[in-house]
Amino acid sequence: MSVFIDQDTKLVVQGITGRDGSFHTKQMMQYGTQVVAGVTPGKGGQSFEDTVPIFNTVSEAVQASGANTAVIYVPPPYAADAIMEAAASGVSLVVCITEGVPVLDMTRVYAFVKERGVRLLGPNCPGLISPGQSKVGIIPGRICTPGPVGVVSRSGTLTYEVVYQLTSAGIGQTSCVGIGGDPINGTNFIDCLEAFERDPATKAIAMMGEIGGTDEQEAAEYVRDKMKKPVVGFIAGQTAPPGRRMGHAGAIISGSAGTAAEKIESFEQCGIGVAKRPMDFVELIKARLPKT
Amino acid sequence: MNLHEYQAKDILRRFGVTTPQGEVVTTPEAAREAATKFGGPVMVKAQVHVGGRGKAGGVKFCTTADEAYEKASNILGMSIKGLTVTKVLIAPAADIVSEAYVGIIVDRARKKPVFMVSAAGGIDIEEVAATTPEKIRYHAVDVRYGLMPFEALELGFFLYQDAKLARAAAKVMQQLYAAFMATGCSLAEINPLVVTPAGDVVALDGKMVVDDNELERRADLEALRDVESENPAEVDARNHNLTFIKLDGNVGCIVNGAGLAMATMDLVKYYGGEPANFLDIGGSSNPEKVVNALRLITADPNVKAILFNIFGGITRTDDVANGIVTAIKSNPLKVPLIIRLTGTNEEIAMQILKQNGLSASSDMDEAVKEAVRLAAAASGGTAA
Repeated sequence: MSVFIDQDTKLVVQGITGRDGSFHTKQMMQYGTQVVAGVTPGKGGQSFEDTVPIFNTVSEAVQASGANTAVIYVPPPYAADAIMEAAASGVSLVVCITEGVPVLDMTRVYAFVKERGVRLLGPNCPGLISPGQSKVGIIPGRICTPGPVGVVSRSGTLTYEVVYQLTSAGIGQTSCVGIGGDPINGTNFIDCLEAFERDPATKAIAMMGEIGGTDEQEAAEYVRDKMKKPVVGFIAGQTAPPGRRMGHAGAIISGSAGTAAEKIESFEQCGIGVAKRPMDFVELIKARLPKT
Repeated sequence: MNLHEYQAKDILRRFGVTTPQGEVVTTPEAAREAATKFGGPVMVKAQVHVGGRGKAGGVKFCTTADEAYEKASNILGMSIKGLTVTKVLIAPAADIVSEAYVGIIVDRARKKPVFMVSAAGGIDIEEVAATTPEKIRYHAVDVRYGLMPFEALELGFFLYQDAKLARAAAKVMQQLYAAFMATGCSLAEINPLVVTPAGDVVALDGKMVVDDNELERRADLEALRDVESENPAEVDARNHNLTFIKLDGNVGCIVNGAGLAMATMDLVKYYGGEPANFLDIGGSSNPEKVVNALRLITADPNVKAILFNIFGGITRTDDVANGIVTAIKSNPLKVPLIIRLTGTNEEIAMQILKQNGLSASSDMDEAVKEAVRLAAAASGGTAA
């Protein structure tokens, strides 16, 4: 079992002929993801790697291929429109990898996708993977292995670091979900926690947050009030100066709000195990998994 | 990207907001000239990208042109929170009946632009929010419809009981919203919005922060950037597509990915060290990026040890290794280098480093500990 994607996921890739899009499409296909269509306006009728048909529009691609998920690798100025095109095409999940989407674009996009009941993951995210079943995005497949831990994170490489350590310690994952580092994203921690709580195969959850905003604090309250499964959390950015954007557009301490200290405190108060270092996840998760 | 007050006011004026026409000057002589031209009393205001200019002595009221000269010569060259003042705004001083606050931010939780208005203006709005939250009214805008006239008027009446003033304030809200959207802002505020004895509603100060993600498609906004007001190393980094933020410690950090970069800095601190910087070389593994990153870090005399932390997912660790070797050959390091790399092409990377007399660890914890220890030793102390 897993969340959001599994072996039946049928994927359409927007920007399949671009530099990033083509590289990662090959990676996803190698991993076993069912890539059923690609979209590049003007290249409709061609095929990718001689196997994946390319269409001019997402709507055509979805109708012809039966895709239920879209992944976006298009440059930032076009990403907002690409998300809305996907959301209007009939897929139920849209994953936007693109970094640099203007936040005011996202205020419109968010309203658009919510109105249609479509789940958006990202933008500015590494996507997600359900080990052994399917991956959508750019998370390296070989660092993951199937198992009982759900992983959710605002970061890319920090997730890889933690997942790699879990895998090296023999602890596998149901799904690893990167929700992205932007201030407005389609899926938040609570959405993922809710999905992991419902997924019978997930026995414990590892979450990696960072400075900026209040998503982690709200997630902590959700864990306290609504969840039975154990959660271990980490917050990056304890040494970040206020008012500076730490790489991710959303990783900024505004005034006195959104600090690592306040997030860690709310984790502690809500019964979330706090990993002080990324490497602490292994022991903390191990201690919380049911003994076999 | 922060805009200067004078830039924000220029934009607000274009959208119809009444704000005193000031003049930006860089010398005390020009300050006197501008004050003479305006006639009456003027304000001399430092143009720097920090809050609390007034408290730091960067904003002064002057009754005469000579006084403007004197105050401008004090403020120009002054350092406010580490930034040197090179420009001052000379603006006619206004008589004030009341001061209000009007601001818009992109609210992350509501995922909408949100107005914040308060009749308690002229001071730090965070302080008002913390001590007297009932004095602030919030209003989230549905961007598909924009700020509707009745909504703007509700906000206007929250500020003023007088209908004429409320209508004037409502107009300012609409104008501020239009400016905010058209300028791709993440924040725009007027503080204070004042009522003059003549009954005019006037913006005495303006602040705008442009979303960095707008700059690529908006050359008109990028042109407003004041490179002089930024840290030179950070400008250099941006020109080479690196994200760099200078800090005060002695362990230089070069990491791929923002989350891992923050976690690495935190781990340096955890082991008793202090990070010298945040530096994200990003997902691509162009060796040139590594060369530029090392150049930036070694330019900081506080750096006593350099730590690479690379998790090769998309990034190929052999590219990073090649970058390190190239950089060191052309510019040998004077401080110890600690490399941690793991992931894509790790074996090749280790081989490249070994052939060039370097070594690397695959363990993040160990590498950070070692970097902290070496930096402390070089600084003549010991790690805590």
